Amino acid sequence: MTAWERVTAARAKGRPTAQAYIDAIFTDFIEMHGDRCYGDDPAVVCGLARLNGRPVTVVGLEKGVDTAEKVKRNFGAAHPEGYRKALRQMKLAEKFRRPVICLVDTSGAYCGIGAEERGQGQAIAQNLMEMMTLKTPVLSLLIGEGGSGGALALAVADEVWMMENAIYSVISPEGCASILWKDPAQTQQAAACLRLTAQDLFSLGVIERVIGEDQPWDMIFAGLRDAMDRVVTENIQRPLEELLARRYQKFRKIGEQQ
Amino acid sequence: MLKRGLFRKPNIPLEAEGSRPGSQAAIPEELCVACKGCKRTLFTRDLAQSAYVCPSCGYHFRMNARERLALICDEGSFEELDGSLDSRNLIDFPGYEKKLEAAKKASGLAEGVVCGRCSIDGHPVAIFVMDAAFMMGSMGTVVGEKITRLFETALQARLPVVGFTVSGGARMQEGILSLMQMAKTSGAVKRHSDAGLLYITVLTDPTTGGVTASFAMEGDIILSEPRALIGFAGPRVIEQTIRQKLPEGFQRAEFLLEKGFVDAIVDRRDEKRCLAQLLALHDEEVGS
Repeated sequence: MTAWERVTAARAKGRPTAQAYIDAIFTDFIEMHGDRCYGDDPAVVCGLARLNGRPVTVVGLEKGVDTAEKVKRNFGAAHPEGYRKALRQMKLAEKFRRPVICLVDTSGAYCGIGAEERGQGQAIAQNLMEMMTLKTPVLSLLIGEGGSGGALALAVADEVWMMENAIYSVISPEGCASILWKDPAQTQQAAACLRLTAQDLFSLGVIERVIGEDQPWDMIFAGLRDAMDRVVTENIQRPLEELLARRYQKFRKIGEQQ
Repeated sequence: MLKRGLFRKPNIPLEAEGSRPGSQAAIPEELCVACKGCKRTLFTRDLAQSAYVCPSCGYHFRMNARERLALICDEGSFEELDGSLDSRNLIDFPGYEKKLEAAKKASGLAEGVVCGRCSIDGHPVAIFVMDAAFMMGSMGTVVGEKITRLFETALQARLPVVGFTVSGGARMQEGILSLMQMAKTSGAVKRHSDAGLLYITVLTDPTTGGVTASFAMEGDIILSEPRALIGFAGPRVIEQTIRQKLPEGFQRAEFLLEKGFVDAIVDRRDEKRCLAQLLALHDEEVGS
């Protein structure tokens, strides 16, 4: 598959969204709302659940399934209050030493007047800082689109995984083509240049695992449940200092210069 | 107060490592320039002596990294770190080498940020200054690495960090690797912060994208220059998304102050004094 075909697959209608992963992988999910400052952002779904019996905190960027839900969820483009809601839940997870699992699927953090007024940049920056030292295991899985800072704000983790047909990029291929080449016709080429496929990111050392998609979804979800459980179990047993040092090093080594 | 003639030719030995062409003024070498604020014609020489601020309307011209260091650092105190690190085309992005060459020429720098140690009115600090002349101050792996190293150095030496930001955001030509620099720098800022050390950012025009969404907004104290454009998304992207014109003053420093995202707006001519005062107020070490 070409990079552009992966982009199309990542955005395809009918692809499972965060809620589908939550329903299939976890039990006892109970959603928690609101950032306690401004409001509740429907683009971010947070809550408590069990992973193979173990209490965990789940945070997902949710695009919505039908048109009405997509509009309500702003197509998965979160506002600052969404990132702050996620951080609030992650801090609670830290307090109770619950592992955090993030499901990332967004074209990007929302670009609008309200988002800027309420500090989109500050909200993302805060998450990056806090997640780096969150004193509990964090695992992020990119399930569809990983749109720039808006995706990274939920992907500072001990391990970052990607579904085989997910993408993760600093800018959308459309944005790249229009800014760099001023030519929307170059979009497909931009997709290839950006190195945004799961395989690309794996070979660049940015992610730890690529999850294959060649099985039926219920089998993929069952496999994910076991894989997540193994990593979370391993990380919760690790001394905290070691866990945080490893997390720091994971990002520290990217682009390290000699 | 500023010394007269300080900017005529900054001849502080800023280039400790490696030799590169001398810095070039952001203002063209012409005799006169029209103020973008009040349209008045100003002598370039006068402008340089007023920290590139229009003496009649207060408009802040853009300034390059070397000029800014000369304005802020105590004379002769600046010692550059990692000055020779330069970028490679890590993901074989078409045309990137050429862009890097052009940026080096335009800025006289090896990369878009200058880092080092200096003193500000006698207070020792670690300092970074971004430069818009280098690919619009965009953050690639080298910018991320230099900033990360600076925070790590400051942590070891227990120094405060003062940083001047100007950036169009993450550098597209380095793809996902540039995005990861946001996480990397944020991690270094957090470690520095957790050790009880001070970090002051000065946001200058324009500070946007991935830099806003990482170390620019992570200061304990966030200052801004008047009228600086500060935001996550650029105004053009927002207008295209929402399909309406943005209100006057949107994303300007004054707007961010009103919304609660910057601590104070500081006139550039008063910046050094203000920084010195803030540093002095943090002179007593807190427990690490």
